[in-house]
Amino acid sequence: MAKVIVMTSGKGGVGKTTSSAAFATGLALRGFKTVVIDFDVGLRNLDLIMGCERRVVFDFVNVINGEAKLNQALIKDKRVENLFILPTSQTRDKDALTKEGVEKILDELKKDFDYILCDSPAGIEKGALMALYFADHAIIVTNPEVSSVRDSDRILGVLASKSRRAELNQEPVQEHLLLTRYDPERVERGDMLKVDDVLEILAIPLLGVVPESTAVLRASNIGMPVTLDEKSNANKAYTDAVARFLGETVEHRFMKPEKKGFLDRLLRRTA
Amino acid sequence: MSIFNFFRQAPRKSVAEEAKERLQIVLAHERAAGSSPDYLPILQRELLAVIAKYVQIDEKKVEVSFERGGDYSTLEVNIELPPPSPDKGVRTRGTATNTAGGDAASAAKAATAAKRA
Ligand SMILES: Nc1ncnc2c1ncn2[C@@H]1O[C@H](COP(=O)(O)OP(=O)(O)OP(=O)(O)O)[C@@H](O)[C@H]1O
Ligand SMILES: [Mg+2]
Repeated sequence: MAKVIVMTSGKGGVGKTTSSAAFATGLALRGFKTVVIDFDVGLRNLDLIMGCERRVVFDFVNVINGEAKLNQALIKDKRVENLFILPTSQTRDKDALTKEGVEKILDELKKDFDYILCDSPAGIEKGALMALYFADHAIIVTNPEVSSVRDSDRILGVLASKSRRAELNQEPVQEHLLLTRYDPERVERGDMLKVDDVLEILAIPLLGVVPESTAVLRASNIGMPVTLDEKSNANKAYTDAVARFLGETVEHRFMKPEKKGFLDRLLRRTA
Repeated sequence: MSIFNFFRQAPRKSVAEEAKERLQIVLAHERAAGSSPDYLPILQRELLAVIAKYVQIDEKKVEVSFERGGDYSTLEVNIELPPPSPDKGVRTRGTATNTAGGDAASAAKAATAAKRA
């Protein structure tokens, strides 16, 4: 049975799109047929991060409006088997997404895919509500920073009251915390919230910690999900998170500063 | 002050610890339904209406403020009344205290009012 996952955060710019691309790629690499949908109507970005911006012909809204068939709008990734992208439209019409329209598309995708990953826009308005409404799982993308944690708490409240599962009194949406842009050195210095602090406050299971990494910008510049960048820590962190999502026990890493040599430490003192 | 005190720094809270505390306080309030003071504008309007029945007041001279604390929150209403005689001003001040997580109805339980001439 296909599972619907929403990547959400409340706050903008915390790494939802980066994480959606990385996570969807990770699931596909593990052999699951996966589609990642951009719900950020008006601000199409997932196509760029996935590197398929030149292949967009039809979009999500075209399919909802019956202007295109679903398989005409789906873009098959050229690098990874089993990976598909459904881009969003650049229309400014905020009402382009309707519950009925989204449901119809998700139902059609469910026949064919194992995982449907919804990249939510920021906020708690219509677009974000549409992205989370049909979710079975919610990955809460949070930065170790006060406003991000507060907004994550808000979105958890929305999931518990406004999702379809909540409305139908079904089992609640399964929540997972993905803490991104984590900087262990700043945490060590007491300048940044610790993983444990955020966990204590939000009280949901930890899916993974993604370190602040220069590889993320590099990957987005060339349109490659960071999960395809073999060497980077961000890749390893996302790959671990995918494994945990699939039920495997993987020890958390990247939570402590990397061991530095004497010279490094000496240099940092003066830096 | 001994030289040892000089080296023994007062245990200062780190920035991260402060962030955590602030978050815990604000979220405790936001999670408790009805604790967010959405009612402040209405409260202010209704208070004004009641007071206006007895005295003439200037709408701009009414301040309603709300401050969240760890154990309790304070609701402060400051109303400047017109002088009874041309030379005196009267300020009425009321404070309501509410325990964290308590509902709005029980909030006013410790209301005190003071009148200053
Ligand atoms: N682990 C990381 N290390 C460094 N930079 C990162 C990391 N994760 C995300 N970023 C950067 O943060 C910025 C925002 O990321 P992204 O677009 O994924 O956020 P978003 O939550 O989708 O934003 P929006 O709310 O606007 O949709 C990007 O410039 C991205 O490169
Ligand atoms: Mg985004």
